[in-house]
Amino acid sequence: MSELLWTYVGIPLLKILVILLALVLLAAYLSWFERKLLAYMQIRLGPNRVGPRGWLQPIADALKLFVKEDLTPGFGEKFVFLLGPVLIIVPALLVFSVIPFGPSPNLFITDVNIGVLFVLAVSSIGVYGIILGGWASNNKFSLMGGLRSAAQLISYEVPMGFSVVTVLVMAESLSLVRIVEAQREAGVWFIFPGFVAFFIYFVCGIAETNRNPFDLPEAESELVAGYHTEYSGMKFAFYFLAEYANMVVVSSMATVMFLGGWLRPFPNVAALNFLDVVPPLGWFLLKVAFFLFVYIWFRGTFPRYRFDQLMGLGWKVLLPVSLVNLLVVAYFVALPRGQV
Amino acid sequence: MADLQATLLGGEEMEVSFGPQHPATHGVLRLQLKVDGERIVNAKPIIGYLHRGTEKLFERETYPQCIPHTDRMDYTAAATNNQGFVGAVEKLMGITIPPRAAYIRMILAELQRLSSHIIWLATHALDIGAVTPFFYTFQEREKILDLFEEYCGARLTLNTMRIGGVPWDLPEGWTERCRRFVEELPKKIEDWERLLTNNRIWKARTVGVGVIDAEKAIAWGLTGPPLRGSGVQWDIRKVFPYDHYDEVEFDIPIGKNGDTYDRYLVRMEEMRQSVRIIRQCLDKLPDGPVMAWVPKVIRPPKGEVYFSVEGPKGELGYYIVSDGGVTPYRVRVRPPCFVNLQALPEMVKGHLVADVVAVIGTLDIVLGEIDR
Repeated sequence: MSELLWTYVGIPLLKILVILLALVLLAAYLSWFERKLLAYMQIRLGPNRVGPRGWLQPIADALKLFVKEDLTPGFGEKFVFLLGPVLIIVPALLVFSVIPFGPSPNLFITDVNIGVLFVLAVSSIGVYGIILGGWASNNKFSLMGGLRSAAQLISYEVPMGFSVVTVLVMAESLSLVRIVEAQREAGVWFIFPGFVAFFIYFVCGIAETNRNPFDLPEAESELVAGYHTEYSGMKFAFYFLAEYANMVVVSSMATVMFLGGWLRPFPNVAALNFLDVVPPLGWFLLKVAFFLFVYIWFRGTFPRYRFDQLMGLGWKVLLPVSLVNLLVVAYFVALPRGQV
Repeated sequence: MADLQATLLGGEEMEVSFGPQHPATHGVLRLQLKVDGERIVNAKPIIGYLHRGTEKLFERETYPQCIPHTDRMDYTAAATNNQGFVGAVEKLMGITIPPRAAYIRMILAELQRLSSHIIWLATHALDIGAVTPFFYTFQEREKILDLFEEYCGARLTLNTMRIGGVPWDLPEGWTERCRRFVEELPKKIEDWERLLTNNRIWKARTVGVGVIDAEKAIAWGLTGPPLRGSGVQWDIRKVFPYDHYDEVEFDIPIGKNGDTYDRYLVRMEEMRQSVRIIRQCLDKLPDGPVMAWVPKVIRPPKGEVYFSVEGPKGELGYYIVSDGGVTPYRVRVRPPCFVNLQALPEMVKGHLVADVVAVIGTLDIVLGEIDR
């Protein structure tokens, strides 16, 4: 009995705890990474006062936010105002329950056979946090930020879905572990046959996480701070944390679906066996780090799109391209089997 | 289309108070926006939050004492403000300044134009969401401010011109340092342009935004880059040359479509032309005194005068009425930003909220000058 309890409750709880802590820390340090990297791109030094090379800056930031006064705007909707940060942080963290960081069962919390669907479903709940938070603030700028975010998410979910379906057609499974395994069996990362899908997925991913050049919901120069203008203290910290956690989610999903997850490059070429010195978890983290770097790189380079241009790009360009791409990929998957 | 939507779907207009505390209004401008969703129905600029009564202050100060007040109007371009005021008084008194002083004034004014355009580029790009140009450009502005500091001790409020010339000669080695700076700058300008000029997003955000055609631009009294962006070749330095601008060669860049992108190109080219002017000035810099003979107490004859210079933002004019006393009877400033801002409602009508910040940026307003 106690053994059962340990296998089905103890170990999962332990794993959840470890991943949760690691994730929150990672998200916090991602902000340090971003500030530092952006600073170097802009001929600055970035945070360098708190601790050696500014290593303790995220901790200091978190402490500061923790002791800040927690304000609720006077005419705001108090309950919904509280609900906003909860609705955004919970899905952002929940998604990690199905993301496989490595091949052994110790490296993921669970492998459900509808993994991809779970990720898509849960991560789209997050937008409620933004809309409700923006609405409950009783601030016109927040409201506009929330509305922008809603429109953005809805329009980008569709092409993103189609690009994910392309992967599903190739992998023939919704399980994230299976998708990686399928890439090992195929001997090639899905980014090569599905480059268009990868591109669309990543663009939509950036749009979904409200990052530059699609950071309209929090466009500082237009909407002050967008949907979280009125938030302060820990509530703001949750929005902040969720944004970074979502970046990690999009990067992880891109890694799993297109870059072979924990697989080393060219997993079936024996000549490259020496690459196995890096453990699978290492490969996974490296790939995720690459995507995160690209995120920050974009932020250092691009201006911001306008709202209508963003919608135009989503509906008029990405959606038709992703649809055509899906048909093409499906055709080539079905062709060798004589199913066409 | 928008009308059709409005009649079919109905909908309510929302009033948004854009500023005075807002990151993109370049100070304390307040816009009363009437928006239908994100579309601007009407925009009404409300000014006066930075009013200090400068014009009234002029009436209580002696003429030399007025000069520091001009620094504080367009605080991104103090030297050109000085130049306009002392020029007006000199015109009224019939003083001719020594050539060396005039050349120093031109160098300072063109450096100031560069620094003002750099601030414009940095904040304009920042408003449109590009963060990095801000840091690249401000590094160069720092060098300009260092040159100013070396010359007159101040970096922002220069107070660097006197009635009859300039207060000091250039410090030793200053011309070489200035030359080194202007030799390096064109490469930097190219770098900045590489980040923006052909960037798809930058073009999408600026081409066709805030269009104003030449006829309307003249009707609104626009001057400076907003006027030249619409294709009107008008530059006070060319049409009414002051100091020794008639002795240096430079082109007046003009745009074609009168949109935000054209104004961006015009200003970028103006920076190159400023570099060209400074280079020629350094080559031609004559020897001699930097101050003309002027009476100890400045007491212009009875009368009135209008004198204008081409500031970085447009025509900056001073209208001075003298009653023969030690203080001006009345001074009226013709500020380029104040006039240019009037066209804003026209330029943003029907556009989106995001375009408002682009248009504010492209007009390059400074509230210190609008409110005075």
